Amino acid sequence: MELYDIIFYLVALMVVVSAAIVVGSKNIVRAAYSLLFTFLGVAGIYILLGADFIGVTQLMVYVGGILILLLFGIMLTNKVYSVDIRRENAYIIPSIVIVGIFAAFLIFVMTETNWVTADPTFPNTTVFELGKTLLVHYSIIFEILAIVLLIALIGAATLARNDNKER
Amino acid sequence: MAHVGLTHFLILSAILFSLGIYAIVVRKNAIMVMMGIELVLNSANINFIAFSHFGNYGISGQIVSLVVIILAAAEAAVALAIVLNLFKTYSHINVDEVNKLKE
Repeated sequence: MELYDIIFYLVALMVVVSAAIVVGSKNIVRAAYSLLFTFLGVAGIYILLGADFIGVTQLMVYVGGILILLLFGIMLTNKVYSVDIRRENAYIIPSIVIVGIFAAFLIFVMTETNWVTADPTFPNTTVFELGKTLLVHYSIIFEILAIVLLIALIGAATLARNDNKER
Repeated sequence: MAHVGLTHFLILSAILFSLGIYAIVVRKNAIMVMMGIELVLNSANINFIAFSHFGNYGISGQIVSLVVIILAAAEAAVALAIVLNLFKTYSHINVDEVNKLKE
């Protein structure tokens, strides 16, 4: 058992346990903070797979952006001073059965399929290759993504705007 | 406890995907549903990068996962704006009771 394997199992344990807390916790703030550890663990998985730039991007976008957005959403939509915060679940038992069957099927497919693999290589850094590929082969996608992000942010600001002046 | 290979990463992503689907199905709070969606997107990203790493396909898989991360950011922003509007209208964000976007 090498160091790589030990690190993988530790990170995978962290991801699965914190994701289970996200899914099962009654307290929504605790679920959000547990999601932080899921994102950190997934970033570690990316780095274990030799994708250093994607790992750092995951840290910056998910931990620094999306998680903060989620926390803002929680704090803006929960009535802090009221005791009754509705967070109960619906149809727990049938959902567990169906999702369990689905997960077993998925894991069966993943294990039984004879994947064609090559020897993995660990590049020193992926940034140069990533930038070259992104701007040479995928430049149209790059531009479209920029426009999509711009439109989505303008749309979000328009939707969330408090239009008291029009009334 | 075999040597870590492609299958280990795929099983991890399958578990994460199932947990995300469970959160989407079971949770009533819209923000909890969004957390489930983020879990599903992360598991898809793990699959892309794992195949790109073990399949020797170059770097294209990582670019797909970058695209997914950017779209997840855009989706989170728009979804939170919608959730805030729902809260303004209904004073709660239980997705099983919401059936109109505005009065």
